[in-house]
Amino acid sequence: MSSTASAIHVSNLRKTYRVPEREPGLKAALRSLLRRKHREIKAVDGISFDVQPGEVVGFLGPNGAGKTTTLKMLSGLLYPTDGEVRVLGHVPSRREKAFLRQITLVMGNRNQLVWDLPALDSFELNRAVYNIPHASFVRARDDFIDLLELKDLVRKPVRNLSLGERMKMEFAGALLHRPQVLFLDEPTIGLDVTMQRRLRNFVAEYNRRTGATVLLTSHYMADVEALCKRVLVIHHGQLLYDGALSGLVERFSAFKTIGVTLEDGSADLSAFGEVMQRDGGRVTLRVPKADTSRVTAQLLSRLPVDDLTVEDPPIEDVIERVFAQEKPQ
Amino acid sequence: MRTLVDLYRGTMRIAVIEQFQYRVANYFYMIGMIAEPVIYLVVWSTVARAQGGSVGGYTPGAFAAYYIVWTLVRNMNIVLTPYAWERRIQRGQLSGELMRPVHPLHFDLAFFMGWKVVAIALWLPIAAILIAAFQPTFSTTPLGVAGFAVALWGGFLVRFFLMWALGMLTFWTTRVSAVFELYFTVELLFSGRLVPLSLMPEWAQQVAGVLPFKWAFGYPIETLIGQLTPEQILTGLAMQAFWILVGIVIVGGVWRAAVRRFSAVGN
Repeated sequence: MSSTASAIHVSNLRKTYRVPEREPGLKAALRSLLRRKHREIKAVDGISFDVQPGEVVGFLGPNGAGKTTTLKMLSGLLYPTDGEVRVLGHVPSRREKAFLRQITLVMGNRNQLVWDLPALDSFELNRAVYNIPHASFVRARDDFIDLLELKDLVRKPVRNLSLGERMKMEFAGALLHRPQVLFLDEPTIGLDVTMQRRLRNFVAEYNRRTGATVLLTSHYMADVEALCKRVLVIHHGQLLYDGALSGLVERFSAFKTIGVTLEDGSADLSAFGEVMQRDGGRVTLRVPKADTSRVTAQLLSRLPVDDLTVEDPPIEDVIERVFAQEKPQ
Repeated sequence: MRTLVDLYRGTMRIAVIEQFQYRVANYFYMIGMIAEPVIYLVVWSTVARAQGGSVGGYTPGAFAAYYIVWTLVRNMNIVLTPYAWERRIQRGQLSGELMRPVHPLHFDLAFFMGWKVVAIALWLPIAAILIAAFQPTFSTTPLGVAGFAVALWGGFLVRFFLMWALGMLTFWTTRVSAVFELYFTVELLFSGRLVPLSLMPEWAQQVAGVLPFKWAFGYPIETLIGQLTPEQILTGLAMQAFWILVGIVIVGGVWRAAVRRFSAVGN
C-alpha cells in the first residue's frame, strides 16, 4: 500500500516516558529528595502501519498496551519520541489548524460539552470553533439529532443526562464539523448493550455517508466485530498483528473447538481432547488445530454421535490468550 | 478575524447564560466577598476619625469610595487561577481543548469577559446598598470616569495574562499552587487590595510602581475616586498596556514549549 495515499501513515513510531520511581517508606522518600530515580517506559515501541481513506480499523490491546498513547500521538496531543506520523498528509504534532479541523478524538470517559447548559449551546459553540457555515451546521446538527434520536434531550442541561445520552451528545458535538478522521478511544465504555449498539450503528452510518476513516479502540469485541474488518493488535507497545479480524483467530489460535452431542452424555471423551464444557449430552472439546480432522473422524466412527460441529474458538478467548503473553525480555 | 469575533461572541454568550443560571450562587459569592473590604473600611474609617478626620489624605468618605469600587475591581480581577490549571491538566480537560483549532487562551479570555459582564450587572445593586450605607465621597472628573472604564478592563487583562502565564508552570511541575501562594502574598501587599498604596511607605510605593499588581487593582480604583491627576491616569493606562504586552509575550513564548512538554499520560 502506498503511504502517500494513506489517511494515516505510521512508521517506526516510538514514545518513551521518563517516570520518577522510588521505594515505599519514609527513608526512601527522604532519599528521593536528594537523588531522584527515574525509569524509562517504552509505551509505544516502534510500530508501523497505514490506514487507507474510509477504512474502519480496530485497535486492540490490554490496558497499558500503548493504544491511547498511539491515538494521542496520531491526534497531535503527544509528541512522538521517534518515528514518523502523518494524518491526512499532516504531521499531527505541529497541530496545524487545517489538520485539527479535519479530525476528532472521542474519549469514552471525557466530557467536552458545557456541563450546566443544554447540548444545543455547546453545538452552537462548536459551530464557531470550527467556523462551520450556518447552513451546513444546521444540516449536520439536525441530521445527528435524527440519527441518534436526540430530539427530546438536546434542550436538557448536559448534567441531567444519563451516561448513554451524554455519550450520544458527545458524538454529535464531536462530528458537527464533519471530520475526515475519527479517533475513538473506548467510546462505548460503561454503556448498556442497547446504547453500545446504537452508537456502533451511528459510527457505521457516518463512515458510510462521509467515507471518513475511523480508528477505534474498545474492550468490547462486539464493537470491533460490528465495525472493523481489519484490526491492529498492540501489546507491550509493539504491534503483534495487522490484518483481517478473521485472520486473528487463524494466527493466534492453535486450537479448534469440537461440539459433540451424544446419545450417552456420560461418556468419557478426555482421550479425544481437552473437555472444556459438559452440558447434558453436549460436550465441548478443545483440540490442536492439526488434529481436528483425525479427532472428528474418530469421534464419528467410535461413538453414537447425534450432532457434531467444528468451530474456531470465540474471538474474546483468542484475544485473551494474546494479551496474556508476557513481555519478551 | 471574523471567525475569532464569532468565537468570542459565542463563548461570551455561553458564559453569560451559565452565570445567570447560577445568579443566586453568584450573589452569595459576591456578598461573601464584601466582608473583606467592609472590614478594611470600618478599620480605616475608625483610624481616620481618631486622627482628626483623615489618614494620608483619605477621609472616611474617601475610604468608603475606595472600598466600594474595590468590590467591583476585585470581581474584575477574578481570572483563571493556577489552581484551575492544575485541575484542568489532572482531569484531562486540556486534552479536549487542545483538539480544537483555536488557542485555548481565546476560550478563557472570552469566557471570563462574558462572566465580567454578568459580574458588573450583579454588582450594581450591591454597590447601591453600600453607597447608601457608607456615604462615599468621590472627587471624580469626566476623564477619571472615562479612564476608569478603560482601566477596569485593562486591569482584568493584566491579571488574566499574568495568571495564565503563571498557570502554565503546571506543565513543568504538578504542584504549582505553592508558587501561586507566594505570588499571591506579594500581590496582596503591592496591589492596593489590603490598603490604598498611598498609605504605604515611600519605598513600598516605588516597588509597587514597577510591579504589575497595582496596575490591575489599585490604579483603576484611584482613577475613579479622583485620586489621580490626568497625567497619572494616562501613565497608568500606558503601564497597563505595557504589562498586558509583557503577559502576551510570556504566554506566546512559553506556550509552544508548554504544549511540547504536555505529556497527557492517563489524561
